[in-house]
Amino acid sequence: MENRILFLAHVDESGKTLPKVACEVLGAAIDLAQQCGGTLAIGLIGREVQSVADSLAASGAAILAVAGPEFEYPRYASDAAAIEAICRATTPQLVIAPGTSRFTRAMAGAAQRLNAHIDTHITSVEMNEGAVVAKRWLYRQRMEALIQREARPWFLVLDSGCHVAWTGAAGAAEIQLLNVDQPANARRTTFCEMRTPSSSTQTIRPDAKLLFVAGAGWCKKQADGKTHLPEAETTILEFLRNSGASLGGSKSLVDQSGENQAVLGFMTHLNQVGQTGATPRHPKGLSTCCHGEEPHVVGWRFINERRAVNLDPNCGWARGKADVLYVADAFQVISKLNEMMAKRVTHEEELVPQP
Amino acid sequence: MTNSYHIVVCAGIVPDPLQTLEPISGPAGPALKNEMMLPAVLDPWAGHALYEAANLAAKVSGSKVWLVSAAPKAKLQQVMMNVAQKASFELVPIDAQANGFADAHAVAEILVSAIQLIPGLDRSRLLLFGGWESASRGAGVTMQLVAEQLGIVDQFQGVDQLSVQADGSFEILERIEGGRHMVRNVRGRRRCWLGPRGICRNPKTIRRSEWRTCAPSCRHCRRQNRAHCRKTDCVT
Repeated sequence: MENRILFLAHVDESGKTLPKVACEVLGAAIDLAQQCGGTLAIGLIGREVQSVADSLAASGAAILAVAGPEFEYPRYASDAAAIEAICRATTPQLVIAPGTSRFTRAMAGAAQRLNAHIDTHITSVEMNEGAVVAKRWLYRQRMEALIQREARPWFLVLDSGCHVAWTGAAGAAEIQLLNVDQPANARRTTFCEMRTPSSSTQTIRPDAKLLFVAGAGWCKKQADGKTHLPEAETTILEFLRNSGASLGGSKSLVDQSGENQAVLGFMTHLNQVGQTGATPRHPKGLSTCCHGEEPHVVGWRFINERRAVNLDPNCGWARGKADVLYVADAFQVISKLNEMMAKRVTHEEELVPQP
Repeated sequence: MTNSYHIVVCAGIVPDPLQTLEPISGPAGPALKNEMMLPAVLDPWAGHALYEAANLAAKVSGSKVWLVSAAPKAKLQQVMMNVAQKASFELVPIDAQANGFADAHAVAEILVSAIQLIPGLDRSRLLLFGGWESASRGAGVTMQLVAEQLGIVDQFQGVDQLSVQADGSFEILERIEGGRHMVRNVRGRRRCWLGPRGICRNPKTIRRSEWRTCAPSCRHCRRQNRAHCRKTDCVT
């Protein structure tokens, strides 16, 4: 029986709230604690943690924290030391944490220091016949594994979008602050700045309802025997602006930039979706100028409503990989969509009563 | 020479992404159907880490690259015949099972043992490179575990770019949420880069690598500091 469960989180960049994935994972941790009858403790890391702790007061869990300027920005040495200190203070059997970039960097090292075991990319955790069972994908989401471990402590790092986010009324929380001494060599890494990629607009929107995927066809010669890159860029950016969609790309398209071919200027490897790219979790997806080959469609595993636009009626999307395939020229379809969305926006603006 | 780096790249091999994978339950636990028959490739994430390592070593004279890879020997030989054409490194092969079902802690322990036994490796100049994900288990923890056991406290994940500054420090672009980069600076040595698959270009052909004997992957052979004996009871 798991008696002691620790939920770990860090304050987000605003310094006032938890990242969204942390609220989701807190919901999973509370559910698990209720299933196994264990006690839940919450560990927080950040420059200032009182406001976040207050927002978690309704959870009823004891709150420990490591706070201070040294813990404002992610850094392996300070984050691992903070995690270690919180774990030593609570001696948990299970440690549950959100899979943020900050924690995926530091959790494994902290687990090693505590002689614990760790599993990441967990998609669910629950009690099954008296044992904790975690689920995760293997081989780039091609098979699912159920994991049980005898070893304790056991660190579980959960992915986003796998549980309903916990919400509760804010209150006045009492925090047990822990001191963490860091040696000089732990301060060698310094934060400089956050930088958006070299694109004319922010095209990756994890919370968008729609994923818009552009394939290599956008850069190929069109019916007139010429490429239309500037037109393609304008059309896609306008669509993203009007629809609020997140932009994805096929591997063949993003690889073109590395091969010094003419490419869409805002498309980087960060946009790549597929087996060697991202596996985003948007509710809907629209693919354009992409053949829908298996290695790419693997990245669509969590996208339930799929539509595609392609001139080839025998492409992969037509073979059961999309709900609807429009056999059409994506240039024309997306341009028409842009016209319709622009009209809708204008119409809605007219309906808004003027002060 | 004093500014040169000793770069160790940890890289696994994975089934070719285009192959159909079917899980089965074998006597030693879960496995892939016909696993030994599947064509294998160097893990894409590790491949990019190797490229970045070779690129850095080419820029800084006196630097050296080791590629540490744990896999069944036959598969490793098959893959390395191709990889060795594309970058200059010394191979440290480890004859061990390391597929998507292997435990990351066990794999990390094997890798640490092999790295510690590399002759001529100057730990004060060590840079540890590897993929932050993989096309097999994608544990996302193996490199951190290896680095922690080697006492490396400057670790970076999802590194899209690293550049040596005039003062000898590194500027690092780490990929974070929302498609952004966190820019950081680090001084001193002994760091772990968990490379991405990302902005790297195709590896250039340099020259064929040297080959070393199989690093011992069992306690018995390690103690004797000799090549793995490959007896059944020695397989870790």
